[in-house]
Amino acid sequence: MNWTLMWDSLPRLLAALPLTLQLVAMALAFGAVLAFATALLRLSGNRVAVALTSAYTFIFRGTPLLVQIFLIYYGLSQIDLIRDSVLWPVLSQPMWCAILALALNTGAYTSEILRGAIETVPQGQVEAARACGMSRVRLFRRIVLPMAIRQMLPAYGNEVILMVKASSLASTITMMEITGVARRMIAQTFAVFEIFIVAGILYLLINFVATRLIKHAEWRMTPYLRARA
Amino acid sequence: MKKILLALVLGALAAGSAVPAMAKDAKKIRIASEGAFAPWNGMDSSGKLVGFEIDLAWDLCKRIEADCELIAMDWDGMIPSLQQGKIDAIMAGMTITDERKKVIAFAGPYGTEQSTFATLKSSKLAGAGVGAERVDLADEAAAKPAVAKLAELLKGKTVGVQTSTIQVDFLEKYLPDVTVRNYDKIDNAAIDLAAGRVDAIFGDRSPVEALMRAAGTDKMTLFGPAMTRGVLGEGMGVGLRKADAELKGRLDMAIADANKDGTIATLSQKHFGYDVSVR
Repeated sequence: MNWTLMWDSLPRLLAALPLTLQLVAMALAFGAVLAFATALLRLSGNRVAVALTSAYTFIFRGTPLLVQIFLIYYGLSQIDLIRDSVLWPVLSQPMWCAILALALNTGAYTSEILRGAIETVPQGQVEAARACGMSRVRLFRRIVLPMAIRQMLPAYGNEVILMVKASSLASTITMMEITGVARRMIAQTFAVFEIFIVAGILYLLINFVATRLIKHAEWRMTPYLRARA
Repeated sequence: MKKILLALVLGALAAGSAVPAMAKDAKKIRIASEGAFAPWNGMDSSGKLVGFEIDLAWDLCKRIEADCELIAMDWDGMIPSLQQGKIDAIMAGMTITDERKKVIAFAGPYGTEQSTFATLKSSKLAGAGVGAERVDLADEAAAKPAVAKLAELLKGKTVGVQTSTIQVDFLEKYLPDVTVRNYDKIDNAAIDLAAGRVDAIFGDRSPVEALMRAAGTDKMTLFGPAMTRGVLGEGMGVGLRKADAELKGRLDMAIADANKDGTIATLSQKHFGYDVSVR
């Protein structure tokens, strides 16, 4: 074990940390919007909407993320129609391809988490709100959604952790995030063990902070549990 | 009592297996190649390793009278696998460099390769030159004007390379104003060249020419000089563990023999259409 090498690799790996965080944050943000829309459409009862959203979640949960990233980055660029379209300035960037793939992936998983959580909201609560004269929109915003989000947080925390780790796959499409830099440094020094350990520790730290944040959100959203204790 | 048991067990093990197996294992040489670097090494449609280095590997094995096994392996894992003893030799178009010599030993070189740029025929870079066909980086003073012109030509451009190759070292040392995109395979860099994500690709001449042929005759073109030596290395060698000095000696002799009787030149003509042997 070469400790100096590990220590020396830290600044270069830390310099790649912002890119990893950026990838994860953007993917989670776009993915959340996508998940929200997908879950609502899925629950809308409209046959076309249900079929489309089911197909989307089926495809993106059923195929490996690596394959999705390759298809979006190398696959789409082979089609002239896309290269000539207005989308090309976005899709020609590896950064946006990675964000798109990660967002589509997390969107599919999160929509199912959210759908499940919405369905667990007790019917009695909904009826009570309706009896108070709430409109459908207000009922959803004030009663169903807060309860559903509270319900989905632990499962969503898992999804966040998975996204942090999944962002390492962006290194396969030339993104120099933590894993990309680690692989490049290993190619120069051949110190597989040392450098991947440092990279692994960085991921652990990110996920430590992420789990703390989710825990804190859970704590904030369950004041009734604290009051009772 | 315990000691006696232990001795008995060890004795049985030693008597049962060690002697004939070791003699055989010592000769069995596991050689790793990549299979993604034609015509040095490639794969046929059935996934079998083929190419110049594969033919040469079998020839060298015959010369040193060793039992050989060829293994296809990812480029990234080769040197670690060699150090861990999972393989015994690397013949994968690996250029001998000072950086690599710190970690492993090399027999050879058995061949050398030119580094060259390629771009799309529709690109402004197509047909651009630097006033020299060949640049020998071993002679820094003579290479300087051509390299300066190249830096001018490629300023602000994006160039795709295979990660952790000598070409990356060249770009970092001589062309700091170029944006470098690292790909795990030069094939992927060529896909992005066709897609317009990079302005040029930079790699060894033979794989770049193979990619040009695969893309179709009127799509890609070479430009700029063909470069050798200096940071681009002394040529391709057989990567070996530093501890295996005896094997290195035998392989060095076999390579010299293969050079002398023209085997390397013949194999080179067969696979490249030009001579890559080092004399």
